[in-house]
Amino acid sequence: MKTKNIIRQIASIATLFAAWQILAVVVANPALPTPGSAFLVFFREISAGLWNHFLISGWRVLASILLSLLVGVPLGLWLGREEKYDRFFSPMLYLTYPIPKIVFLPLVMVLFGLGNFSKIFLITLVVFFQILVTTRDAARNVSPALILSVVSLGAKRRDIYRHVIWPAIIPDIFTALRIGSGTAIAVLFFAESIASSEGLGYYLMDAWSRYAYPEMFAGIIAMGVLGYTLYLTIDILDKKICSWKRL
Amino acid sequence: MTEQDHCVSEGASVTVRDLSFSYKSAEGRVDAIQGITFSIEKGDIYTIIGPSASGKSTLLYILAGLLPFASGEALINGEKPQPGRRATSLILQNYGLLPWKTVWQNVVLGMEIRRLPSSEIHARGEKILLEMGIAGTAKRYPAELSGGQQQRVAIARSLATEPDLLLMDEPFSSLDAYSRESMQEFLQEIQSRRGLTVILVTHGIEEAAFLGRKIIVFAGHPGFVRRIFDNPPAGAPEYRKNDAFFHLCTELRGAMELNREAGKIF
Repeated sequence: MKTKNIIRQIASIATLFAAWQILAVVVANPALPTPGSAFLVFFREISAGLWNHFLISGWRVLASILLSLLVGVPLGLWLGREEKYDRFFSPMLYLTYPIPKIVFLPLVMVLFGLGNFSKIFLITLVVFFQILVTTRDAARNVSPALILSVVSLGAKRRDIYRHVIWPAIIPDIFTALRIGSGTAIAVLFFAESIASSEGLGYYLMDAWSRYAYPEMFAGIIAMGVLGYTLYLTIDILDKKICSWKRL
Repeated sequence: MTEQDHCVSEGASVTVRDLSFSYKSAEGRVDAIQGITFSIEKGDIYTIIGPSASGKSTLLYILAGLLPFASGEALINGEKPQPGRRATSLILQNYGLLPWKTVWQNVVLGMEIRRLPSSEIHARGEKILLEMGIAGTAKRYPAELSGGQQQRVAIARSLATEPDLLLMDEPFSSLDAYSRESMQEFLQEIQSRRGLTVILVTHGIEEAAFLGRKIIVFAGHPGFVRRIFDNPPAGAPEYRKNDAFFHLCTELRGAMELNREAGKIF
């Protein structure tokens, strides 16, 4: 069963590369190098600084996701369970949620400078909303019958959160994380591509401005690897923590 | 008071006098039950039967201390129901098992919430799993069990807190006919071994007749007690095949049909 899964994963990635190869041959333009040449440059570039950019970007994304969880989950729990506060905050949330947070980049840069913090802040702003809304909706929809059954066992507020609400929303948090990490990388690219000197976004824009297409693709591959690593980590944690969900 | 202090060898007595309950809804106040009066003695199974929305579950929630009532009286061993009354246990229709907890974690949940010492939690948990015949399922999740096994886990979780009053809201309604009968006999056995009082709400006429030492027939909306049947042979091994049993079922059906007609008049 396990080897079958691994074979399927490899086949999936191989198909992607085959399609890329065919496209590159058909297009026959230096702007689209073949996967072979892109990977050659990718491995060469890794020791020549790309690894560093990768680490910096990775740390920014990870810090943003953790920060979003730290703020978004408790806040979502609270709004999901306390209707009167939710009624006050909901309009605010719905008014600000759809705004593409990237438009605040100039403001964030003015307020927090050009360093790590402003980038992390911007990514957090985006991921935080997704986690907040998902957590709130999940907390709101926890089965009242389950809560009642635990109350009948003598549970106080704290027990209800610990034994019912918290475990009930964890699968939804993982879903939010999956969606959030994709968005996080997209925002990361944008934040790093402006007034920046490190990170994959910078690396990509720099390569582009030099028309160094194979390097650009090395950067794209690095971003793919970053996203893949994130998804894989989330999947492994999800399987470990929410094994009951797949029965 | 420690957990050992309360005696579990004896069930609780329940007295309900002129009890009414109404709740607020979008359409204003809705009366759920009106002027309910009955009393039951310690240590037997009592069944409540009646049409949907006649307030049967409401009564159980009141007895469990989950709904504060405004008028009338409900007493368990002479005291008002409290949400944390240690010796009352409620089993809901869909078992109320937490899907993210294993059988073991579900069974010990009530004891954990009551902050019992872990050695006692362990001892009691193992004993109750054996008694319920589900010791082999301890590490599995509720979703991996059959309906009958899930019901046993729910009963185990309730009994682990050593109640003297067990309230059950249509506990066997989602089981197939065979499992239902064997669970009824199982409940009967548990009850007589432990001597606790059980109040069981059901839709099934045969279930009410087989289990209920007294059968309380609810009617109407808001619900009231239409009739109380006395049923001394309840739970006897061959009772189901007995003429008296069929006779009682017919009488119960009659009382229920009266319900339906009453429904038309309302």
